[in-house]
Amino acid sequence: MIPEIGNFALIVALAIALAQAALSLTGAARRIPAFVAVARPAAQGQFVFVAAAFGCLAWSFYSNDFSVLNVASNSNSSLPAAYRIAATWGSHEGSLLLWVLMLSAWMLAVSVFSGSLPADMLARILGVMGLINVGFLSFMLFTSNPFDRLLPAAADGRDLNPLLQDIGMIFHPPMLYMGYVGFSVAFAFAIAALLDGRLDATWARWSRPWTTAAWVFLTLGIALGSWWAYYELGWGGWWFWDPVENASFMPWLIGTALIHSLAVTEKRGAFKAWTVLLAIIAFSLSLLGTFLVRSGVLTSVHAFATDPKRGIFILAFLAVVIGGSLALYAWRMNKVAPGARFELLSRESMLLANSVLLVVACAAVLLGTLYPLFLDALGLGKISVGPPYFDSVFAPLMAPAVLLAGIGPLLAWRKGDGAQLARRLRWAAIVALIGALFLPLAFGRWAALTSVGLLLAFWIISGAVTAFIIRYRMKTSMSAAFFGMLLAHAGIGVFIVGVTLVKSYETERDLRMEPGDTAMLGGYSFRFEGVREVRGPNYAAARGAITVQRDGETIARLAPEKRTYFVQRNPMTEAAINAGISRDIFVALGDAVGGDAWTVRIHIKPFIRWIWFGCLMMAFGGLLAASDRRYRIAARRPEDASAADATLIRSGAA
Amino acid sequence: MKPRHQRMIAIAAGVALIAIAAALVLNAFQGNVVFFFSPSQVAAKEAPLDRTFRVGGMVEQGSLKRRADGLTVDFVVTDTAKTIPVVYSGILPDLFKEGKGVVAQGKLGPDGAFHASEVLAKHDENYMPPEAAHALSKAEADRAAKSVISPGGTR
Repeated sequence: MIPEIGNFALIVALAIALAQAALSLTGAARRIPAFVAVARPAAQGQFVFVAAAFGCLAWSFYSNDFSVLNVASNSNSSLPAAYRIAATWGSHEGSLLLWVLMLSAWMLAVSVFSGSLPADMLARILGVMGLINVGFLSFMLFTSNPFDRLLPAAADGRDLNPLLQDIGMIFHPPMLYMGYVGFSVAFAFAIAALLDGRLDATWARWSRPWTTAAWVFLTLGIALGSWWAYYELGWGGWWFWDPVENASFMPWLIGTALIHSLAVTEKRGAFKAWTVLLAIIAFSLSLLGTFLVRSGVLTSVHAFATDPKRGIFILAFLAVVIGGSLALYAWRMNKVAPGARFELLSRESMLLANSVLLVVACAAVLLGTLYPLFLDALGLGKISVGPPYFDSVFAPLMAPAVLLAGIGPLLAWRKGDGAQLARRLRWAAIVALIGALFLPLAFGRWAALTSVGLLLAFWIISGAVTAFIIRYRMKTSMSAAFFGMLLAHAGIGVFIVGVTLVKSYETERDLRMEPGDTAMLGGYSFRFEGVREVRGPNYAAARGAITVQRDGETIARLAPEKRTYFVQRNPMTEAAINAGISRDIFVALGDAVGGDAWTVRIHIKPFIRWIWFGCLMMAFGGLLAASDRRYRIAARRPEDASAADATLIRSGAA
Repeated sequence: MKPRHQRMIAIAAGVALIAIAAALVLNAFQGNVVFFFSPSQVAAKEAPLDRTFRVGGMVEQGSLKRRADGLTVDFVVTDTAKTIPVVYSGILPDLFKEGKGVVAQGKLGPDGAFHASEVLAKHDENYMPPEAAHALSKAEADRAAKSVISPGGTR
């Protein structure tokens, strides 16, 4: 009964989405107040029904209803309750429902928090989002219904892939989707503005907190995924340039460019065309990512579906959304007035250069991701483009962007003062240079690339600190947004420190060890104490015991496991990690190789935590920026806000 | 500076950026694209001798042997038509199994064995790496074609 209710709720949601899209878009175009007024309640109703459907599916999983095909294929009665609920989004169908739930949640948020938006603008925004939901809801109902029944019901389920039975499964997908789908708000704002022709600083101000919020979720989602892959896949890597990772990283790159470009559009009324284009691209890449991951063209831990019908549906949807929005862009954009002028040395030009660099880097990632697929589709051979390609293209393109990000916050809008900039950055430059040259010596091995990496990191951090000090001395109150920006920039620096030191100084050994054997790595000794059998709730495991010592002092007792889950019968490596600020010690069990001997892999990963801590700083900075007071003030008094904007632009243009 | 000059500089910078990016991409592609070959193609000497490439197929039943050091393994990859011996030193992925699909990346040694630096098996028991599936189906198709040309198989 519950699955039928869920199914019915989805159908109702689709009907509401259709009505919402049709009525509110027509209403806004033809100025019919009754139609415009539909948008808000429709969006809220849609959320209620989608949430109900999601609840029904989650309940089916929780209550082990194996007469639902989706539950029978992805869950099991011995699966712990938390993972049974997380299994709701562990399948193709369920993850689509999560996608739709996120979109509906964003719609709900827009409908609740935008009291200041003109009614027709809101109607257009919600209409566009409703249209997107029509696409996804019908995709789900017609090709991948999560509530399909299995008759007769299975006695028990085929279980969730053991790799997914982890705390990461509970947080990573919702966070990532929240970010992915969040760009639909920026997209809807852009399309609404194009339809309306009202593309001004006020529009940018409305759009900014939403875009930044989506970016924050995406940042957290990607960082969580990276951390999860690090400890779960047993290889000790934190980023693989796997096509699926790239699929989430490309919208992030464009989203980063977008939040910066939006800043210029809001403050200076410039880059409007560029901002709108970025908003369209960011969401298009989110859709492309969904297509890549869900259509089965890629095969990885994330890919469930191999049904070509689904791929074609998403591809067609992709073509309609991207083609339609770009056509609208081409048709409407020439009517938009140009923004305020600016000099070559100004914050605007730094931001412009940076967003161009981000777009070019994204294009390089896109090329590396899609090229093998194209070759394969055209029957021209099978190739793979591995991490070395991405490393050697991405790093050189991002390096100048990081240099500029250190300078940007110190430059004035419109016309920067070169001499003043040099004076301000003197100390930042000296500190960064000396630190970058000498720090590698502390690790005992100097390499040019290590120094370059550290130079970039120290440069952007000391640039942010300098900007902070200058603001502090000027005794002007610092807005949360400005502080958030500096924090996020410093986060990039922390991230780069982590990446550079891990890449430069990580060490690993694969060993064959018998109980009592000791191995040395990076100044630590590892003694293998042997392996014993243990039982988990739904698996049996061989649990190793390894004592890690340094200078005769015991630092950690690590217990890596080799698990075999009862249902799917696959071995799975569960690494053991001793985490620290300056290094991680990572131990994984390989195979039993006769007698009591096992193969063991040990890694020392210096400063790897800094990678994720840097991401957290970025996300927190974004959060501060999105919650800045002036957006809320603007929300309360829209007339004042737009008046203030107009004066700002006039004074800028003068 | 006149606006016209500024625009010229901006355009020049944009062109330079695109040129640099294109150079980086092409250079990286040249060095880092890894081609895939099936055991049959390797047997037909189509694979390069001095370059890293990937080979894929099924791990032949009963072919997995571990050397005395406990870390180096030998196994045979087959596409059901031809086979290639593979040597790998290190820890095999969890889902590496005899009779299952596998993809190895490495170089062809002078001894005719494939020296793998990386062995990939994927994350799901039913899943066959696409390259491995491709190699198997291609060998199957070739066999079918041959049996049509020479019924009775006079080889």
